Amino acid sequence: MIEIKNLHATVDGKEILKGVDLTIRPGEVHAIMGPNGAGKSTMSYVLAGRDGYEVTEGSVTYYGKDLLAMEPEERAAEGVFLAFQYPVEIPGVGNTTFLKTAINAIRKHRGEKELDAMQFLKLIRAKTKALGMSDEMLKRAVNVGFSGGEKKRNETLQMAVLEPKFAILDETDSGLDIDALKIVAEGVNALRSPERSMLVITHYQRLLDYIVPDYVHVLAAGRIVKSGGKELALELEKNGYRDFGASEAA
Amino acid sequence: MAAQPETVEQVRAVTEQKYKYGFTTDIEADVAPKGLNEDIVRFISAKKEEPEWLLEWRLKAFRVWQTMEEPQWAAVSFPPIDYQDAHYYAAPKKKAGPKSLDEVDPELLKTYEKLGIPLREQEILAGVEGSEGKSPAIAVDAVFDSVSVATTFKAKLEEMGIIFCAISEAVQKHPELVKKYLGSVVPYTDNYYATLNCAVFTDGSFVYIPKGVRCPMELSTYFRINQANTGQFERTLIIADEGAYVSYLEGCTAPQRDENQLHAAVVELVAMDDATIKYSTVQNWYPGNAEGVGGIYNFVTKRGACRGRNSKISWTQVETGSAITWKYPSCILQGDNSVGEFYSVAITNNFQQADTGTKMIHIGKNTRSTIVSKGISAGKAQQTYRGLVKILPKAEGARNHTQCDSLLIGDKCGAHTVPYIESRNRSARIEHEATTAKISEDQLFYCRQRGISEEDAVSLIVNGFCKEVLKELPMEFAVEAQKLVGISLEGSVG
Repeated sequence: MIEIKNLHATVDGKEILKGVDLTIRPGEVHAIMGPNGAGKSTMSYVLAGRDGYEVTEGSVTYYGKDLLAMEPEERAAEGVFLAFQYPVEIPGVGNTTFLKTAINAIRKHRGEKELDAMQFLKLIRAKTKALGMSDEMLKRAVNVGFSGGEKKRNETLQMAVLEPKFAILDETDSGLDIDALKIVAEGVNALRSPERSMLVITHYQRLLDYIVPDYVHVLAAGRIVKSGGKELALELEKNGYRDFGASEAA
Repeated sequence: MAAQPETVEQVRAVTEQKYKYGFTTDIEADVAPKGLNEDIVRFISAKKEEPEWLLEWRLKAFRVWQTMEEPQWAAVSFPPIDYQDAHYYAAPKKKAGPKSLDEVDPELLKTYEKLGIPLREQEILAGVEGSEGKSPAIAVDAVFDSVSVATTFKAKLEEMGIIFCAISEAVQKHPELVKKYLGSVVPYTDNYYATLNCAVFTDGSFVYIPKGVRCPMELSTYFRINQANTGQFERTLIIADEGAYVSYLEGCTAPQRDENQLHAAVVELVAMDDATIKYSTVQNWYPGNAEGVGGIYNFVTKRGACRGRNSKISWTQVETGSAITWKYPSCILQGDNSVGEFYSVAITNNFQQADTGTKMIHIGKNTRSTIVSKGISAGKAQQTYRGLVKILPKAEGARNHTQCDSLLIGDKCGAHTVPYIESRNRSARIEHEATTAKISEDQLFYCRQRGISEEDAVSLIVNGFCKEVLKELPMEFAVEAQKLVGISLEGSVG
């Protein structure tokens, strides 16, 4: 279970999160919606532990542990996964090498035996097959020359391989056309399980047609101002974010 | 097969110690008195029981050297070297001269084991070479301080007519070859450090591959600098006769020391018609500590002559060590259709300085050269790529492609690219590409979010950056190189 309490965070001295409270139980999918500048991406970076995002108040308890005290790689090893809005290119580093390095780092942290080349190959073949992806993407350098859709599918593949307990999807729909969006959403849905919780961050309700959340929260000006079921997303789609005191910027 | 940068686990295995190879072996040495004069040159020559012509050659070099001045054009700085305050000869004590490994000082063998060069295993490996997926055998001509201690696989190579031995031994056994080729690529008047080497070189490797022979194994020399204040003046000479092929590996590590140690090696390669020489180096000499104290001065002259038609010389280097590196492995493309290649990874961290690159001299028709240089700078290190591409008037149809990429880690280091291009033939095609990039915070965070520690992430990213070069290394060397890349950049972030 993830319990976020009264979370305040600043970036470059400016307060972006102003007291966020949120509890996510295993298996639940929560959506965070909100206008631009509401602090959506800040929230994902704070949870993942990015440098420069300073927590000034509040706490995040992650399965009984103090998440904010951990380094980013420890959080990853404990099962926190962030699907990036803009996945980063790493020239010359093969996707397979990257994934193998990541999974073995995480396994080592957990006290599990590292996978050898054969075991890893078997695992990754099974995962790509389950997601309906081709092996071709594995041979390329991490995200280099990938289309927007390929990048997001690659994030999904990484999530499938690393099997997180808590996945944060930051604007997964950005830069995707409707067909690509469907494919990525299918991949994400295939990874839903009673042990895995997800936080889906999005500006548009469109994504939530495909990844249907259990709860929807509206983040505006650094606070969660309204929470409800999936129907709240439809309401927002109709009325926009104006009711929440933020100007709508596309 | 190309090497994949499956580095992180290997890096992890060796990152425990700051400088893994920083140990010394206690062996009583037979050391020449400090200083440099004609008597010392004669002393070295006498110790080696050299013929008169070689002593004369050394003395000529010494006399020229006395008139020369240290080159000042490289972008490196260091306190003046007192050439009189060094020993120019040191030999481990011999009983009668080892006939086999059993007779080699066990202390030496232990040192090699620490370095991961199990000589005994090498011999066993010889029996299984060629089977796919297995590493091919490596023959090691181990240079310990200045004297070759053990040469393995000799018998097997001899059957094929290949000569692979210490150059001092070659002087005795194959004087006609040594006399013909020594100094034929790097003359004794060449430059300050090379000329000094001609005067006082103590040992090194000699390779001769006869006509039409493809050397069946990687030939390899491991260098260690093991005597305080011992200048190292290795001399390597490799000749590939018509249609011959050889791949040669040079790897170096040195014990941790506080005083600076000078190393001025000379390597000469000669490729005749249709011959190929592939020369790979992984250089990991002590770079000095994090404050810039100590470390090796590596002032090396390496040059290959493509004398014959369709000959090829390929240099691949991974330079991670030394306080100062001054090194320009070059190719003289004399034979028509000859090919020169230079693949380089240079890593400088802390206070390391490197001024390195290559020279491609196109003389023959349709000569081609490729330069791929990857420079990585971290800490307060400074690095310069300095390269010359020269097309002479008769080099009809000559082609060159140069790619120079620099990667910076942090904001206190520097990378500089100084390409010199001279073309005196209108038909020549010369291309030069250069890029400079930084490891971004985005890349590091992305890796860390996937569970990869910051240091492993740097190693992964840098290995990716160097991939084009690392894949040119023979497989077993590539693994070592990837480890070094990680070790060299420890502490460069965070």
